[in-house]
Amino acid sequence: MARIALSSSLAPYADGVRELELEVANVRQLFEVLGERYPGLQAQLEGEVAVAIDNEIYQDALLQPIRSDSEVVLISKIAGG
Amino acid sequence: MSDTLKYEEKKLKIVGTRPLRPDGVDKVTGRARYGADYNLAGQLIGKVLRSPYAHARIKAIDVSAALALPGVKAVVTRDDFPEMPNEYASAGELTVNYRAVTRNMMAREKVLYDGHPVAALAAVSESVARAALALIKVDYEVLPHVIDVVEAMRPDAPLLHEDQYTEGVKPKPARPSNIAKRLEYGHGDLAAGFAKADVIIEREFNTKPVHQGYIEPQACLASYSADGQAELWTCTQGHFVFRAQCAKVLQMDVSKIRVTPTEIGGGFGGKNNVYNEPLAIALSRKSNRPVKMVMTREEVFRATGPTPGANVKVKIGCTLDGRITAAQAEVNFQAGAFPGSPVNQASMCAFTRYDIANVRVVGHDVTVNRPKVAAYRAPGAPIVVFGVESVIDELSKKLGIDPIEFRLKNAAKEGTQTYYGPKLGPIGYVQTLEAARAHPHYSAPLGPNQGRGVATGFWFNIGNETTCSLNLQPDGTLTLNLGTIDVAGGSRASLSMMVAEELGIELERVRPIIGDTSTLGFNFVTAGSRSTFASGMAGVIASRDMIEKLRARVAKIREVPLAAVAWKNGRAEPADARVVKFEPMSLAEIAAMAGRTGGPIAGHAEINAQGAGPGFGAHIVDVEVDRQTGAVKILRYTVVQDVGKAIHPAYVEGQMQGGAAQGIGWALNEEYVYGADGVLQNPGFLDYRVPVASDLPMIDTVIVEVPNPNHPYGVRGCGEVPIISPMAAIANAIDNAVGVRLYQQPFSPPRVLEALSGPAKR
Amino acid sequence: MSRNHVNATVNGDSVEFLCETGQTLLEALRDEVGLTGTKEGCGTGDCGACSVMVDGRLVCSCLMLAVEAEGKSIETIEGMAKGEALHPLQRKFLEHAALQCGICTPGILIAARSLLERNPDPSEAEVRYWLAGNLCRCTGYHKIVDAVLDAARELRGA
Repeated sequence: MARIALSSSLAPYADGVRELELEVANVRQLFEVLGERYPGLQAQLEGEVAVAIDNEIYQDALLQPIRSDSEVVLISKIAGG
Repeated sequence: MSDTLKYEEKKLKIVGTRPLRPDGVDKVTGRARYGADYNLAGQLIGKVLRSPYAHARIKAIDVSAALALPGVKAVVTRDDFPEMPNEYASAGELTVNYRAVTRNMMAREKVLYDGHPVAALAAVSESVARAALALIKVDYEVLPHVIDVVEAMRPDAPLLHEDQYTEGVKPKPARPSNIAKRLEYGHGDLAAGFAKADVIIEREFNTKPVHQGYIEPQACLASYSADGQAELWTCTQGHFVFRAQCAKVLQMDVSKIRVTPTEIGGGFGGKNNVYNEPLAIALSRKSNRPVKMVMTREEVFRATGPTPGANVKVKIGCTLDGRITAAQAEVNFQAGAFPGSPVNQASMCAFTRYDIANVRVVGHDVTVNRPKVAAYRAPGAPIVVFGVESVIDELSKKLGIDPIEFRLKNAAKEGTQTYYGPKLGPIGYVQTLEAARAHPHYSAPLGPNQGRGVATGFWFNIGNETTCSLNLQPDGTLTLNLGTIDVAGGSRASLSMMVAEELGIELERVRPIIGDTSTLGFNFVTAGSRSTFASGMAGVIASRDMIEKLRARVAKIREVPLAAVAWKNGRAEPADARVVKFEPMSLAEIAAMAGRTGGPIAGHAEINAQGAGPGFGAHIVDVEVDRQTGAVKILRYTVVQDVGKAIHPAYVEGQMQGGAAQGIGWALNEEYVYGADGVLQNPGFLDYRVPVASDLPMIDTVIVEVPNPNHPYGVRGCGEVPIISPMAAIANAIDNAVGVRLYQQPFSPPRVLEALSGPAKR
Repeated sequence: MSRNHVNATVNGDSVEFLCETGQTLLEALRDEVGLTGTKEGCGTGDCGACSVMVDGRLVCSCLMLAVEAEGKSIETIEGMAKGEALHPLQRKFLEHAALQCGICTPGILIAARSLLERNPDPSEAEVRYWLAGNLCRCTGYHKIVDAVLDAARELRGA
C-alpha cells in the first residue's frame, strides 16, 4: 500500500486527516479515491494540488504511476512570476 | 516520449558559451515591435473609465451621452459580459476563479479599488475617446473602505464581499470576512521546540505593496471578424493563458481566438493575466473595427496588480551553539480586491532553507480595497524572507556566530524534510553559502557608518506544459517554433543553443521564433523560472525526436539497417564503418532529398515538464548610511546563486543582477502611498521611485552549478531567486552600519532617520 | 478638430505630418510618422524611454508638443545605424548582453550616444549620472554601463 500524506494546509479539507494508506495505480486514481472519501477536498484536487512521489514533485500529471511502496505527499501547486 | 530526461554529464561545445542573441539586432535598432507598436487600418482607440473611489456600490451607469459623441463607435459595461459562477476553472493549468476574473476586468455590483474599470469605449482617436469618457455618468454609493491588512482582518472591518467566508477553517465561520483563506503548514512539536531553545527572538514586520515596474505599459490590439473569430496582439507572458481567459470571459471557443504575442517590455509576473484584452475584443465585436488599447503609466499603477503588502510575525528559537530548535510565522497578505495572494507559496518558502524539526506557519489571504495583486518574481517570498532572514541575523549576532556559519549549521541539504511535505532533492544551498563566504567581498574592509549584510533565498522553480516544433528547412537550416515567451532575451538564445548542441551543428543554423496560439499546442506562462528548464527540456526532446527521424530517413535513403546509422558530428554517419559502411549525409543533403523520400522532417515535443529543481541564492551587500539624511547608499553588492547549469552565462548573470536591483528598490524606496480616501497618491515613476543607474554599483555575480538531475543539461532556472534576499540583506547591513533595525519596508530616508533618533522599533 | 501641418527633418529625411495641437512629439513620431522605435513608458518625462535628439539636444519627446518640432532636426533610434553597420554602442550592447526585454534600449542608446559626443572618456560615475534619467527594470544597469564604457573606448580608438 502506498503511504499518502497530506500537507497540513490541505488537512482541513479532509476532516483533519494527515496520513493514510491506499492501493492506487496512479495520481488520477489517488485523486478519485480521495475525492470520494473527503468531498471537501474535491475542489482542491481539481486544480490546486501538486503531488510529490518519492520526493519528486509532479504538477498536472494525472497518469504518473504510484507504486505500492511509494511515499506520496499532496501539497499546494506552485506558480511563479 | 518521456516528460523528463535525466542529467548527463558531457563535454559541451555551445552550451555555456556567450553567443549573440538571435533577436538582438532588432532590439538595438528600434525595429522590434512591442505591444503598442502594432496597428491595423481603420483601428479605433479604446479607453477605460475607472472608479475614483476605493469602495462603492454602482447604482447606475448612463453611457448615452458618450455614445452620442461623434466618433464614438462602441461602449461596453458590465451588461456586455456574462455573469461567471464562483468556479475554479483551468485557464490551461492555471486555475482561476472566473467570478473574480470578470469582476476585476469590469466591475459589476461594486467598485472595489481606486482604478477599478467601470466602462470602456472605442473611438476614432485618443482625444475623442478621452472626451467621451468624461461624458459617462456613473451613480455611486460610496462605502467605507479598508486598505490595511491588519485592519481588514478585524471582524468589524468594512466588508468587500458579502459572500466570502474564510476557507480552511472548520467549522465554516458564521459570518463573512475579508479573510478569504487561512492555511497552516508545519511539522513537529512547536512548544517542545521553543522549550529547548536558549534564545528566542520574536519580531513583527510590515511591508507595502510594490509594483513589478515593467517599463512597457500593457498594450493590445484586437480585431474581431464577423465570422466570430478574433485576432489579438498583446504583450503577454503567456499567450495561451490569455487566450483561455479571454475565451472564458467572452464565452468564445478557444480555437476561435488567435493570440500573437508581441515582444514584451518586461513582465516579472505582472503580465500573467488579462486586463484590457477581453475589453478590446468585446469593443471590436461591437464596433466591427480593430480596437487598440494602451494603458497609461497611471493606469498601470492604479489598476494592474502589485505584489501584496503584508504583516508578518516571525519567532525563532535556537540553542547557544546556534542550532534552530523551533520556528514560527504568521503571514498576513493583502490580496487586493479579490482573493488570491501568493500567501501559500510564501508560507511554504519561509523556513525551507533550514533543517528545523519544529515549524508552524499560518497564512491569511485578506481582501482589501486595493487592486488585485499579481505575481511578482518569486511571489510572496521576498516579503516573508525579509522577516525570517532578519531574525536569523539577530540570532546569529546575539550568539556571536558569523551569519554564514549560522546558516551553514542549519542548512537544508538533500534529504531534508520540508515542513510542507516532501523531502528536498539534490540542492546547492551549502555550496552557495560556501561560495559566498569564500568571496573577497565577504572579508573586505569597511569604513565608518558602513555595514555588511547577508541573506539567503530559496524558490521552488516549476516546469509545466510546453510545446515546440523543430522543422528542417529545404536548405538544411532549422526553424525552432517555440511557445515560450522570451521576456528577457535569454530563452530564444539558450533554447537554440541546446538544440544546436544536441544536433552537433552550428548555432547559426537554428532560427528560433515564438509561434502564436494557432501554431502550437498549449504553453504555460513564462514565469516560475521555467523557460530555460521546461522549454529547454522540450527543445532537447524535439531534437532527439528529429534525430530519430533523420536516422530512419537516412537508413532508407542509403538502404542500410537503422542500427547502422548514428548521428555524430552534426550528420548521419556509419555507427561502425567496419560493419556497415555508407556515405555520410549532412542536414543539408538530407533536406534536399526529403521531399522525394517521404516528405519534410520535423521533431516535436508536447510535454508537461516535471522535475524542476529548486534554486538557492546568497547575497552580500555593503551599505553606507548618512546619519543626517537617512539615505542608504549601496556600496557593493554580490549575488551568489545555484542555477543548476548556466546555458548562456551572460543572461544568467543578467537575471541575477536584474532581480537584485528590483530587490534593492523594494528595500529602499518603493511603496504604494495611499491617502485617507483610499486613493493612490503616487501612480507614476516620479514618486514611485525605482532604482536608477546612479543608485547602484556594479553587481558581482557568482554562478554556482549543482546540476538538476531531472534536466539533460542540469538546468534549474534562475529568474526568481535573486529578488528574494535583498530586503533582508540590506536591513541586516543597515543594522551593522549604524545599529538600528528596520522592521518596516521601505527603508526610505524618513524611516531610517526615525529609527536613528529613537529606540529601535519592534 | 482641425489638425496642424508640421514640417521637420527626421533622421536626415524631410518629413511632414498632421497633428492635433495637444499631441506630443512622441505620439506624432509613433502614430503620424510611423517610427515606433521610440517608446512611451510613462508619458510624464520620468523614464526616458522616449529619448530623442532635437537639434542636437537630448529631449524627452513626451514632454514636447509635436507642433514644436516645426523646422527642427530630430534623431531617433531608427537613424542610429548606417544601413547594416551598427553604431559601436549598438554592437557593444549586443556583445555585453546589455539588454534583456529591450524596451528601454532605444532611449538608453540615444542618451548614451549623446553623452559620448560631449564626453568621449566618461568615468563610470559620469555614465551612471548621465543615464539616471533612463529607467531600466531588467538589467540592474551593470552590463549597460560596461557596454557604454567599452563603446567609448572603441570610439576613442583606445
